[in-house]
Amino acid sequence: MASATSADTFPNMSSLGEAHVDNERRLPAKPVNPVMETRDLNVFYGDFHAVHDVNLSYGRHEITAMIGPSGCGKSTVLRCLNRMNDLVPGARVDGEVLYHGQDIYEKRVDPIAVRTQIGMVFQKPNPFPKSIYDNIAYGPRVTGMKVDNMDDLVEEALNGAALWDEVKDKLKQSAYGLSGGQQQRLCIARTIATKPDVILMDEPCSALDPIATARVEDLMLTLRNEYTIIVVTHNMQQAARVSDRTAFFTARPDETTGNRTGLLVEYDLTSTIFSAPGDKRTEDYISGRFG
Amino acid sequence: MSTSATAGPTGPSSGTGLSAAVDLSPKSRPGERVITVVLQLSAYASIAITFGIIAALIQPVTEFFSEVPFGDFFAFDGTYAVLPLVTATLMVTLIALLVAVPLGLGAALYLSEYASRRARKILKPTVELLAGVPSVVYGFFALTFVTPTLLQEILALDVGFTNALAAGLVLGVMIIPTIASLAEDAFSAVPQAMRQGSLAMGANRMQTSLRVVFPAALSGVAAAVVLGMSRAIGETMIVTLAAGALKQFSLDPRDGMQTMTGFMATTAGGENPVGSVAYNNLFAVGMLLFVITLVLNLVSISFVRRFRQVY
Repeated sequence: MASATSADTFPNMSSLGEAHVDNERRLPAKPVNPVMETRDLNVFYGDFHAVHDVNLSYGRHEITAMIGPSGCGKSTVLRCLNRMNDLVPGARVDGEVLYHGQDIYEKRVDPIAVRTQIGMVFQKPNPFPKSIYDNIAYGPRVTGMKVDNMDDLVEEALNGAALWDEVKDKLKQSAYGLSGGQQQRLCIARTIATKPDVILMDEPCSALDPIATARVEDLMLTLRNEYTIIVVTHNMQQAARVSDRTAFFTARPDETTGNRTGLLVEYDLTSTIFSAPGDKRTEDYISGRFG
Repeated sequence: MSTSATAGPTGPSSGTGLSAAVDLSPKSRPGERVITVVLQLSAYASIAITFGIIAALIQPVTEFFSEVPFGDFFAFDGTYAVLPLVTATLMVTLIALLVAVPLGLGAALYLSEYASRRARKILKPTVELLAGVPSVVYGFFALTFVTPTLLQEILALDVGFTNALAAGLVLGVMIIPTIASLAEDAFSAVPQAMRQGSLAMGANRMQTSLRVVFPAALSGVAAAVVLGMSRAIGETMIVTLAAGALKQFSLDPRDGMQTMTGFMATTAGGENPVGSVAYNNLFAVGMLLFVITLVLNLVSISFVRRFRQVY
């Protein structure tokens, strides 16, 4: 599926099969009872101000896309949502990141507990150098999940990621024997095996070919029924195809240092962002005039 | 380039003119040849030297076995018995590994997974500095501190003046830097994406280190342990000083015992005339040491092949 074709067919998105019907559902202008929220979120790496005052809310069982040019801070915001930024030396977060109303950056919050609720899929598929089975079983094992039958859980997770039929005969083989697209779906299966509430995806298709991309996008639309998905993408067509809401970020150079600080330009229903953007910068970006 | 520039006005469309102007014929590059040969020679030199050593061993070894039957060599008792030396070597090496593997791998895991960038910057060179301490210094340390003060006074063990325990412990300390440094390299080589994947699943650092990083680095870790073990088996000065020069079969680490290398260092003192049985005995022990090291290396390599996780 060439991306240009699907952009032409927007908003019908007929190429995505039956899942797209669901995508035309009527959603309120703002998420009601959002699962996650950022309030005046500012991120610094040392002296570098990476993200400025981001206020966003992420609706339950919705797919929220964060788009924008390189360096606009969208991945930084995503990594704040499950405290993966803690692992970056010198990273500092100001403001609030609310998960069901609780600030996950509060002192008494355990980042490990946060990550069991808010899973993450990365840009490049990063399966562990273990068997397919052990990749899936890893999360439940390390988090101490009560599992009656691990075999069933593995099957369920692989089914959930639409991978079961392809790998059911080679569960004991290394995950590295899979293709890139299969590896990425394995990483998604691995994430849903721990039964998280929210799944963060950081440009999940940027290392995949168009066919594998289409499969992952189909999967995202299916997963939306059970999970809340927040996805960062470089690919505007992808945002248009899968997301319910889109947040557009851009980067503003600092007048004195020239360092580029990311900020949120516009946040709305995806259909609005792509048909009637409220901001000139959004319009320029989605019409391909920059970025 | 200048010729193609002058051909410019006629344009690149004039294909024949261009091919005449640009010279693509092969040129001789003597420097490249010389470098290739020099590099090849250095690569093959180590192999040639190894085979040279084996060749030099063969003649005295065959002479030795023409005078001493196999049974007298592979025996626990007798003038030419080698097995007491072998058990002593294995015991000292085992004690050394019991000390060095946990400490070395622990240090490596700390340095690569836990230490701050600043701590690592200071600690890693310091650990590597330990590798530069001459082994005779370690030997004296074993003889004058570990045996009398640590083992006899503090731990109140009934050990001899020379004993396998002190030699093994100090030998272990000596190979810690080898194991720590190489294993740290192996851990650090594991892609960051793998750690992030694990942490994003809700695993803690210990689980990430032990269940993801460690297995992924297993082949490098095993190489580190094997190299440390080879150094321990081949080390001479510490065991000569601290384990003693009494060839006796014992499985009690508190006893003094002579290792293969210790035997060779003592016997090669010069009082045995070239060609004598005692002189040739030296080569037979040397050959056996060589074979034991080789076998241990091969076993470790096949072990790693079987259990490593390729990423």
